[in-house]
Amino acid sequence: MSLYTPEKHWWKPMDREEMIWVTIAFIWCQLITFIMPFSHAYGKHNPPAVTSKASTAEYGAKVDKFIAENKTGEEAGVAVVEVKPEVKEIYIVGRSYQWEPVLKLQQGKEYILHLSSGDYEHGMSIQPMNMNIMALPGYDYHLRITPDQAGEYFIICNEFCGAGHHMMTGKIYVS
Amino acid sequence: MGGYVESAVWLAYGPMALVFFLSLVAAFYYKPKWVGDPSEFRVCSITGMKVHIPAGSLIKANLWMAFLFLALGGVMAFGVAFTRWPVVHLLPDTLFYRALTMHGLAMLVFWIVWFEVALMYFTITSIIGARLAAIRTAWIAFGLMLGGSLVVVLTVLTGNADIMFTSYPPLMAHQWYYWGILVFAVGAFFACAVYYVTMAVAFREKVITGSLPLGVYGMSAGVTITLLTLFHGAVFYFPTWLWSMGLFQNIDVVIYRLIFWAFGHSSQQINVCMMIACWYMVGTLSIGSKPLNEKLCRTAYVLYILFICIASEHHLLVDPAISPAHKAFNTGYFMHMAVLASMIHALAVPASYEIALRKKGYTQGLFEWLKKAPWSNPAFSASCLSIVGFGWVGGITGVTFGTEQLNIISHNTWRMTGHFHGTVVAGTSLAFMSMTYYMIPIALKKEIAFPSLAKIQPWLFGPGVILFAVTMMFIGGFGIPRRHWDITFSEAAFSFSFNPIVSVGFIICAIGWTMAIIGGLSFVVIAIGSLLNDKEVE
Ligand code: HEM
Ligand SMILES: [Cu+2]
Ligand SMILES: [Cu+2]
Repeated sequence: MSLYTPEKHWWKPMDREEMIWVTIAFIWCQLITFIMPFSHAYGKHNPPAVTSKASTAEYGAKVDKFIAENKTGEEAGVAVVEVKPEVKEIYIVGRSYQWEPVLKLQQGKEYILHLSSGDYEHGMSIQPMNMNIMALPGYDYHLRITPDQAGEYFIICNEFCGAGHHMMTGKIYVS
Repeated sequence: MGGYVESAVWLAYGPMALVFFLSLVAAFYYKPKWVGDPSEFRVCSITGMKVHIPAGSLIKANLWMAFLFLALGGVMAFGVAFTRWPVVHLLPDTLFYRALTMHGLAMLVFWIVWFEVALMYFTITSIIGARLAAIRTAWIAFGLMLGGSLVVVLTVLTGNADIMFTSYPPLMAHQWYYWGILVFAVGAFFACAVYYVTMAVAFREKVITGSLPLGVYGMSAGVTITLLTLFHGAVFYFPTWLWSMGLFQNIDVVIYRLIFWAFGHSSQQINVCMMIACWYMVGTLSIGSKPLNEKLCRTAYVLYILFICIASEHHLLVDPAISPAHKAFNTGYFMHMAVLASMIHALAVPASYEIALRKKGYTQGLFEWLKKAPWSNPAFSASCLSIVGFGWVGGITGVTFGTEQLNIISHNTWRMTGHFHGTVVAGTSLAFMSMTYYMIPIALKKEIAFPSLAKIQPWLFGPGVILFAVTMMFIGGFGIPRRHWDITFSEAAFSFSFNPIVSVGFIICAIGWTMAIIGGLSFVVIAIGSLLNDKEVE
């Protein structure tokens, strides 16, 4: 019993039922493991692969330049940006407590969306589709995205980033 | 990318492995000054086994702390949960974040670790019947853990560490916070050392001859993982502490997260090992169950030790810097060997219960054994509910959300919070409650207080937690974020409202929260009442 010293030779073969169960479980585990690389090869919904290092100052400067060059207006005090059709690289930054800028994207076009943080760790959570990616200071995450549905998307922050965490929002328009 | 992150981690492993090895060697060369005195033992009337009496006061002290922290965490749970429900929105924002930090620490760190230390001393002295070899060190461990945890509690409650239990830099707490955690961890390390030394002495004094009983084997697997875990903890808490004092400039957030979860995830594996040990032990104590195949069960524990410590990147699946291939390899290959171990226990534990009950003569049909099981024995019912909660609610969802592609739609939402309330609350906490119902009578010779309340306690706590955990996962699927004070975004630049079905989810959650909090507090009342109980077990 589990409280008493087992008999001397406990290294015994498994019963048939145990053998069947362990085999099924093992196959199942291999299957879930296999799904991940499989989806990378054939799926459209994978965690982004490319990262570069960029200090918060460097990244902030890049975003500010991007906003200055492409700004088309403002919404609720936040810059709205729409890029020319030939521009592929776009930027977003999480700063306590705002996602900047508001992006206007074209449906069906592929973008590289650079994501990073200007200060603390933030979690970019795009709703209502519920897509969640971390924004970490010092790291520029390159998300390869193709917006496939037109509409208004809302960004919230889902990594605790300080006292105003719940006020941190942002927006993406796809048309 | 990521190359230097990995080399930094491998560099950290070298010294850790060395210290680990040295501490094992030291345990075996420890020379006991005196040999056990037979008058220090009594024979337990429940198990018929030897119990070391002086260890009782240590077990009692550690249990006291565990129960007090469970109570503190429960009070915080009330504040947190009923703030999250927008209809009630109980606490203001800063208090909410403070209460959430306290809830995470009080429960996940303090209640669980204090209980585990008590459980370690219990198995070695009351199940094996060895004498606790280094009593003075065990009290030093208690003192360090007490000092450390009080410092942490005071720092958090005074608002000097509103940073959540993960303490992700650049969020910075007051230096006392890290100091408290480090001292607590050193205390826990000493407690593990006491466990190993006691075991080494027991082997040398021939108290243990032959293999360890399965329950103790599982506990030992847990303690081994604890040592590995604590070294990971030191690797990032120490520099973070220096950083909080301004002695260190930049903390790399990716390295921090990587090592934090090497620590944080293996901590969960300690909980799993010890929880399963409780399932086996409670099965034997309540219905006389026997492990099916010792080889299989023990191999499963070895799989935990070998694979889980390395496999912690499922916390980092949507982080930059670590490549998808690395993530898939780490979470897939390593993680799922540990999942295999859980699958083995998932067969072995319920099957051993069934066989034991059938042996009692409940053999009619497929389910007579289930119907006639001792459901009014709180230890047995809590164990069964814990098996269901851990396996079906926590385990399966964890494996699912831990794949790279599905993690994108669940990371940092309430899907996660629901998942780990399945594992660590419905699973581990409930298993520990179930063990308490035997630990106090066996180790301390005290009867359980309020027996009729005890009968229903698991039925409030278990189903309550399962209800809210499942519902949290359901509404997490609509994007409800974790750790968030205001999901109506009333003060934000842009406004958004979640799918209206979420408000129904919150009502169901509230029912579950209420049941769980009442069940949890009843447990605290029963447990503390039993510690104070004068009635002895005949
Ligand atoms: C007694 C019933 C309990 C209730 C009603 C409860 C409720 C909650 C709620 C509502 C949250 C989510 C807060 C949020 O995402 O904003 C939470 C978080 C958490 N709970 Fe519990 N809980 C209970 C017991 C426990 C226990 C026993 C443990 C651990 C052993 C635990 C560990 C945690 C942890 C680690 C978090 C995450 C904290 C964080 O995000 O920093 N809970 N709990
Ligand atoms: Cu944020
Ligand atoms: Cu935030």
